[in-house]
Amino acid sequence: MRMLALICLMLATPVFAQGSGPTPALANRQLPDPAQEAAATKLMHSLRCIQCQGQSIADSDAHMASTMRAEVRQQIAAGQKPEAIRGWMIARYGEWVSFEPDMKGAGLLLWLTPLLVLIAGIWLARGLFRRSA
Amino acid sequence: MNRPWLLWIPLAVVAFIGGLAMYGLAVPKDEQVHSAMIGQKLPAFSLPAATAGVEGLASGDMAEGKPRLLNIFASWCLPCKAEAPYLEALKKAGIEIDAIAIRDRPEDVAAFLSEFGNPFRRIGSDSEMAVQLKLGSSGVPETYVIGGDGTILYQHIGDIRAEHVPMLIEKVNAAK
Repeated sequence: MRMLALICLMLATPVFAQGSGPTPALANRQLPDPAQEAAATKLMHSLRCIQCQGQSIADSDAHMASTMRAEVRQQIAAGQKPEAIRGWMIARYGEWVSFEPDMKGAGLLLWLTPLLVLIAGIWLARGLFRRSA
Repeated sequence: MNRPWLLWIPLAVVAFIGGLAMYGLAVPKDEQVHSAMIGQKLPAFSLPAATAGVEGLASGDMAEGKPRLLNIFASWCLPCKAEAPYLEALKKAGIEIDAIAIRDRPEDVAAFLSEFGNPFRRIGSDSEMAVQLKLGSSGVPETYVIGGDGTILYQHIGDIRAEHVPMLIEKVNAAK
């Protein structure tokens, strides 16, 4: 009996933990202009969902992701530039919300590390090639 | 090999990466997404009433000179039920609390208030979470300290527990 109650609880929680509210109109409806929709979709793939954390808002079915997709489409439709919308999101949730870290501070190190490793590798390999020549 | 110290470089790199892994294991991870809006004015919004008998909430309502709390809650959210007595305690301490109900139905909000009491002055209904997004809020429940001029001063993520009550009272009083 207790087991049954536990199973019921496990099944029930996700259903009730969603709340009830309309999904924003633009969350799952494409913009009429294909170029605008392409820009919006590209941006959505590089913004992180606040609720599910590991997924982009384009990939996530969470309610917060729906709201964020609708916001992106609304702002794109209003003529806003994608990078300005990214800035709008960052102004609310910090750098965390963007999958493309800014080219400054720790983000700069992130961008430059592959280049630095490559240079170090070439420098290390240089000696080997010289010897074999 | 004329530069034997070069041999140590790979070991140093591996040790550095290993050190990072150990650090990552030892330091507890902060899973919360904090709002970047602290210190800024409330974004402009105007929300309809979440249930009959309690007025809706606009950003201007929170910039009337008196510092207050803004509670983000939902009737379907369990920790929101857990924090209800502490919101009541805050209200008893003379603190005004406004609220935004997330993805909620009027009848559900009414049932929630009749079961747990209503510590709120106003409750706006954010059915599409649009205002929650503008606030940089990442979930329910959350509680913001709002200055008398409508500036966001502090964000408390998660339910308010007994130990948070004095801290929140102090933060609101400090804003006076």
